[in-house]
This record gives sequence, structure tokens and C-alpha cells, in this order.
Amino acid sequence: MSNTDHQGDVWEVFIQSKPGLPHKHAGSVHATDKEMALQNARDMYTRRQEGTCIWVVPLQAIVSSMPEDSESFFEPSDDKIYRHPTHYIMPEGAKNI
Amino acid sequence: MEDIKKLEEFQAKIDADLKIEPKDWMPEEYRTHLQRQISQHAHSEVIGMQPEGNWISRAPSLRSKVVLLAKIQDEAGHGQYLYSAAETLGKSRDEYLEELHSGKAKYSSIFNYPTLTWADIGAVGWLVDGAAIVNQVSLQRTSYGPYSRAMVRICKEESFHQRQGYEIMATCALGTPEQKKMAQDALNRFWWPSLMMFGPHDSESAHTANAMKWRIKRETNDELRDKFIQKTVQQAEVIGLTVPDPDLKWNEADGRYEYGEINWDEFWNVVKGNGPCNKQRMRHHIKAHEDGTWVREAAIAYAEKQKSKQLVA
Repeated sequence: MSNTDHQGDVWEVFIQSKPGLPHKHAGSVHATDKEMALQNARDMYTRRQEGTCIWVVPLQAIVSSMPEDSESFFEPSDDKIYRHPTHYIMPEGAKNI
Repeated sequence: MEDIKKLEEFQAKIDADLKIEPKDWMPEEYRTHLQRQISQHAHSEVIGMQPEGNWISRAPSLRSKVVLLAKIQDEAGHGQYLYSAAETLGKSRDEYLEELHSGKAKYSSIFNYPTLTWADIGAVGWLVDGAAIVNQVSLQRTSYGPYSRAMVRICKEESFHQRQGYEIMATCALGTPEQKKMAQDALNRFWWPSLMMFGPHDSESAHTANAMKWRIKRETNDELRDKFIQKTVQQAEVIGLTVPDPDLKWNEADGRYEYGEINWDEFWNVVKGNGPCNKQRMRHHIKAHEDGTWVREAAIAYAEKQKSKQLVA
């Protein structure tokens, strides 16, 4: 993903499909400025009422964890089952809890 | 040694039907296979706009014109989704375009056939998009995440394309004798090239073994081609057209159609660049790209000016 490309920089596109829902990654577009990125994203990803809001983010601005870090990043939570509601023993007969 | 371990882990992931994402380790041949396949797919979407664009100004009604425009705009979008997926493999858009223009990268040979009549636009939507859908539905389950996601999006949009094509064919086939003749002629010319879209026989295909092992492809060329034939022949019968295959017949016992052999000399001839429109398609694409140079330059100059203004302020 060279940004010396003559097609402009890569921008990642996130679309909110309905009010109240989170923005979801849809793909990417090329653009030389933010207005163009937004317009290209509109033309490419919302031709059929797929969205009510679009975010465009320069690829260079995104910081991602790496696959080789996934052990130290995500595995420690495996042994903290007390973070889940099913860990707790409720008295017999208690309702609505 | 380390690579062997990584390769085993990679294959285990594939075998467990987990997707491979851009930053994951992958064997170099997996990467180059995907770069070739996805860019070829992207180039096909974009070059495919030309035979259809040929009829925008001559569409027989306002309805058919807006529909054709919307379809061609979709194809442009599909090309963009696929280039985006291809770029996640570490090659720039410029490099992919360069490979197309130099002839290193291919696109589907079907687009090297001309669209001579309005019925051809029907045949393209019905048969060419129909064949593409069979292939793309299968590719939704490909092992590479960005390619799979692009396929899901494309398949959602693609079904209108096939229906608009079949509607044109049906209108012609059920119209005047001249219109019916035109529809039959379009089917005669597009049937075999559509079957060729699935590529050579599995036994002749250089890439099939790796593609299956790595689950880039989920079904082979011959399996997909058979699926397409089985569902399309009935659609031709419904509108009273004859599939131009003298060996085609219904096998009552097996509940399926049997069919004749493709003319592979024609297939390889068109792949090698000797189809009716190869030169015209490429010339037009290069011209459009070069004519757009000033737009790209102006956009970059504008962006730089905005940036320097911001710095001053």
C-alpha cells in the first residue's frame, strides 16, 4: 500500500447503516483530500441506501495490533472468568437476576 | 526451519476455515497467487464496462438506459472493491495498472468479444454476469479475508445484473421474428465464450491444485462450469431459445444435462491476445488512463495547496 501512488492516499471507510448502530468497516477508497475521500466513499459504498453516516480515515492514521502480539494482547483475559456473569453462583429461587 | 513451522500453522488455519488477514504470515506463493487472481478479477470488472458502454447512447428506452448506466456504475464499483482488496497484499494501484497496460496481467477473455446488437447486452447480463455470479458465490468462502468480504458485497449487487440481462433476452425472444432471431444470434455467439469464462479443464489448469489446497478457490473450474450449465439451459428453454450445442441433451436417469466439448483452440487464441477486440479494449483503457492524468495532477496539487494553507494558518 504505497502512498506514493499517483491515485492519492488510501482512506479506510466506515459506514453506519442505521442511526443507533456502530460504524462498521466497509472497505477503502483512494483520494487526495478529505472531501474527495468522503465523496468517493459515498459513490462506492452507499449506492443502495446502505448508510446514514460515513467516516473516512487515512490509512496512515490507523494503529493496528499485530498478529505476532496477539498472545500478549488477548490471551491474559482467558483466565479471568470472573469477568463473566456466569461465574457467580446465585441462591436457589432468586428471580430476575 | 521457522518457515516450515509457520507454513504448518498457516495450513492448519486454512484447514480450520479461518480467514487469512493482510498482516498475517502467508507463504509467498499464496500472496502472488492472490495478487494475480484478484487483480485479474478487478481488471475484468473495469474492462467489462467497455462492451456495455457501447450501448448506452443507443439503449432502446429511457428505462433500459438508466438501468444500463446503473449496471455499468456497479461494475466500476466492483473493480474498485477488488483493487482495494488486492492492494492489501502489498502492491500499489499504480503497479497493478502498469501490469495491465504492459500485458503482464490478464482480464477475462469474454470482454474481447464485441457487443454487436442490443440483444448482446441481454446476453452479457444473462450469461456473462450469470457465469460470474456462479464463480463469485463460491469465492465468498475464499480463505483471504479482504477478497471474501469484497465477494460478499459484489454478490449482493450482482443479482440485478443477471435479471436485467435475462429480461432483455426474454423481451427480444418473445417479440417479432426479427427480434427473436437477434436474441438467438446473441445466444449463439455468447454461449461458448461464457463457458470458457470458468477457465481450462481442471486437468489443464496450472493454478488449480494450489488454489484448492489454500482454499483460495472452493470449487474447481469444471465444477463451477457444470453448475452454470445446469441452471442456464432451462432458462433458455423457457424463452424458446436453443443453446448452440448439438451434444446437449437431458439425461433423465441422472436428472442433469449432458453437453459437448469447448473449442479450446479458440480459448487459448483469445487468451493470447488474438480475440476480436483485445487491442481495442487495451487501447481504450490506456487512453482513458492517460486522458485522466491532468485530473490526478490537479487533485494532488490542490491537496498540497490546502495543506500549505493550513500550515500558514
